[in-house]
Amino acid sequence: MVCTKQKTGIEVHMSSRNKILSAIRSNKPGAQPLPGITGFTAQQPDTERFVNTLQSIGGRVVRVRSFEEIIAHIREAFPEGTRIISSLPQLAGIAETGWSNAPAHSLENVQLAVFKAQLGVCENGAVWVTEQDIVQRAAAFIAEHLAMVLEESTLVATMHDAYLQLHNQRYGYGVFIAGPSKTADIEQSLVLGAHGPRTMTLFLV
Amino acid sequence: MEQSNQQHADLARKFNGNESRVNWHDETLWWIRQKRDKIVWQVPEWEALREAASQIKHHVLGNLADYLEEFERNAQQNGVTVHWAADAAEHNRIVHSLLQQQGVTRMVKSKSMLTEECHLNEYLAEHGVEVIDSDLGERIVQLLKEPPSHIVLPCIHIKKEEIGELFHKYLGTPEGNADPQLLTHAARLHVREVFMSRKVALTGVNFAVAETGEFVVCTNEGNADMGAHLADVHIASMGIEKIIPRREHLGVFLRLLTRSATGQPVTTYSSHFAKPRPGQQMHLVIVDNGRTVQLGREQFRNSLKCIRCAACMNTCPVYRRSGGHSYHTAIAGPIGSILAPNLDMKQYADLPFASTLCGSCSNVCPVKIDIHNQLYQWRQVITQNGHSPAAKTAAMKVMATTLSQPKVYTLAGKAGRWVLRNMPWLVNNRLNPWYKQRNMPEAPKQSFREWYAQNKKQG
Repeated sequence: MVCTKQKTGIEVHMSSRNKILSAIRSNKPGAQPLPGITGFTAQQPDTERFVNTLQSIGGRVVRVRSFEEIIAHIREAFPEGTRIISSLPQLAGIAETGWSNAPAHSLENVQLAVFKAQLGVCENGAVWVTEQDIVQRAAAFIAEHLAMVLEESTLVATMHDAYLQLHNQRYGYGVFIAGPSKTADIEQSLVLGAHGPRTMTLFLV
Repeated sequence: MEQSNQQHADLARKFNGNESRVNWHDETLWWIRQKRDKIVWQVPEWEALREAASQIKHHVLGNLADYLEEFERNAQQNGVTVHWAADAAEHNRIVHSLLQQQGVTRMVKSKSMLTEECHLNEYLAEHGVEVIDSDLGERIVQLLKEPPSHIVLPCIHIKKEEIGELFHKYLGTPEGNADPQLLTHAARLHVREVFMSRKVALTGVNFAVAETGEFVVCTNEGNADMGAHLADVHIASMGIEKIIPRREHLGVFLRLLTRSATGQPVTTYSSHFAKPRPGQQMHLVIVDNGRTVQLGREQFRNSLKCIRCAACMNTCPVYRRSGGHSYHTAIAGPIGSILAPNLDMKQYADLPFASTLCGSCSNVCPVKIDIHNQLYQWRQVITQNGHSPAAKTAAMKVMATTLSQPKVYTLAGKAGRWVLRNMPWLVNNRLNPWYKQRNMPEAPKQSFREWYAQNKKQG
């Protein structure tokens, strides 16, 4: 609370909220219209660009035609007995699917998490998921390795095109994920696997 | 951690004590600037994007109170508790009281320059709360008991061998090992334990969307998400200027931010927080701390458009050769030098002078802040308010006298050239501030005026 003296001499208690808002109102510049940004949208998606961009930022891209191929690919890298979680019923044979109510901390020993992404962005290699897709928010971050299934038909050219689809979506949490977690804080040497998944594989269907 | 009472020039001199390190620092940042250029040139509409971003931000500044109210209303409907802090002290008290409500004395924090500006870590330490910074670069400077020297690359001034030594001491890595892969993995295991055990996580905010009440946090490491998703309480601190009107505007800003910052197409994670998880508490602290004053300074209000990408630092010839700590403020470099004098004109009077006014900062700024022009304007405001450095004021007076009297000017030029030619030791010494960290130029035999007079006769 901040005390201000008004002209009447009566001390009035003003909340910081009101103090900030009234300071803004008296100090703000004149109104300027909001520019349109529709000119940036509706570019054509380019699969090649998406694949190249995602690979350039450390992602792995595997083109597949079916879930059988996905399962075969996962089995090659993650032998039976490794903890795999997924939200996809098609992967129930190799992954846990009934973990939606498990405490987030209990996912710490997950080796691989596999989810389906809603769309991919060609200009930066990012894919969009919400908490519905990843079941629990922590799941896409706490797993050692992450894999995403993406349909090629969902690719969009730029972030503008992505938000054109997302602008009315309701979610508690959503995230664009572009490749594996990484850092270059030590002398600008790129290291994959900072605090989140150490690899990110994208199955492009 | 505060390096008060020392001026930029003094601190820069310290940094320049090790010439090979300065060159390395300079080249590293220039390399990042070149990475930025390379990726920017791949976006044909780049200039239109900058213009749009600048105009959106301008529009927001003109309607900021309304947008903040809209944002607050929507965030509250989403189940987020909104707090308002007039200054750093109030921000710190709010965060501390939230920790007290949970009965905890430990917190994990991802990168937030606002909390650096507010000196939150020091405040909480004084109140018995331990904060672990989870961003790798921030953890490194935290263990070194230093502030970050760069807002995006906090330990850009530190060599890997020093980090190897530091991690050997604190994290038990093998002595003499400076392999970034090994060191990063050690930090991953160390901070993972922190994520798993902390009940409260604090993050910054990159963008807050008025229309939806959501806020977006951008990281490469995933540390903001790891902290927030595993904690019972998520606190997010944001300056009032982080507001954008609609979700679709994120398209503009997310395209600009990381390309400008590190030359990446986008950060690994662009996380949109709208509602707390079931059972989780989510708190937003909206902070003024001088921003409304800056809003009222007509010639400086554009600085509130800043999205903290640090492109102006990476390109700045002064920053690259003087290091982030020489700015003795949380946000270094050109943008920091126009933000800091607003908070304390006297303490930061030196910063707007720590520039060549070359304008490179303004050229790369993704929201088109006229940074070098504002630096120039601050010099005038600071001088008018009597805060300019005494030596600079005296030198300016001498220069004004010289330049306003042609005879004095001609004589001074002659004397200067003669001295540089015949008695270089008179200027190439430690008493001459211009000689510090520089070589003096070779003097020509005659001035332009002399050359002109001679050639006119001959012609």
